[in-house]
Amino acid sequence: MPKPHQGPAESDPAIRVRALEAILTEKGLIDPKALDALVDTYESKVGPRNGAKVVARAWVDPAYKQRLLSDATAAIKEFGFSGLQGEDMVVVENTPDVHNLVVCTLCSCYPWPTLGLPPVWYKSAPYRARAVSDPRGVLKEFGTELPETVEVRTWDTTAELRYLVLPERPPGTDDMTEDQLAELVTRDSMIGVTKAKAP
Amino acid sequence: MNGIHDLGGMHGLGPVVPEQDEPVFHEKWEGRAFALFASTFVFAGYTVDEFRHAIEKIPPAHYLESSYYEHWLFAFEEALMKRGFVTREELDARIAQLKSGGP
Repeated sequence: MPKPHQGPAESDPAIRVRALEAILTEKGLIDPKALDALVDTYESKVGPRNGAKVVARAWVDPAYKQRLLSDATAAIKEFGFSGLQGEDMVVVENTPDVHNLVVCTLCSCYPWPTLGLPPVWYKSAPYRARAVSDPRGVLKEFGTELPETVEVRTWDTTAELRYLVLPERPPGTDDMTEDQLAELVTRDSMIGVTKAKAP
Repeated sequence: MNGIHDLGGMHGLGPVVPEQDEPVFHEKWEGRAFALFASTFVFAGYTVDEFRHAIEKIPPAHYLESSYYEHWLFAFEEALMKRGFVTREELDARIAQLKSGGP
């Protein structure tokens, strides 16, 4: 049983969720412990560190990168990252000439196994509206200025297909190990709103 | 379905405002709502398509004003009620009970 809430400040959705959880638990349809485990999994186990491992491998291993670009779902599964909202993956590669950006204009589709759950801004109305109509303006708001010569491609995710951006490997990283490189790969760089961090 | 959820290209919604060091869930109930979705999805047997369709049926003004996990809550309440796992009366009664300090 969830702990009874004290005080008058509990919001309407919080009470609705608590009521629903209590009813379904009493009917034996759900187990609160299973809910605890799900929350813990997405708060502490599944997140962009997974995607960063995939990207770092692609940076150091050309054969892996080839597999990643030709069958992303299978290549990502080599790390054991698969399942809910990652069933069909496509990886799009940033190059000196092309910059990729991912959005879900209709809702919030996002590759959970590699990036975890999406941040609020990704699900927000302004991002969903403008990533397709003014991608360069959006990129500037994230501090990403691209030369006019770079083509910007915006990918609109669907429930069936999820995209992950393969950012460019930053210059000056030739001597770094795969683990060190993974530290440069941020969540935002795999959505495409920023580049990978400089070493 | 053509509706308020179809936001691509809409003007006047302002800048994107990223939050630094954003938590996965901002409030405890959001985590419970997420986990409830993932759990009920399995036993109630609804699909992502049905779930999204329910979100798309949220009245437009409420859609823009309410938070993301409120959309989810709206959608899986719909799915559960449609299948009879819970009724509106049951849920309203329990909410009233909780509001008056009951279990």
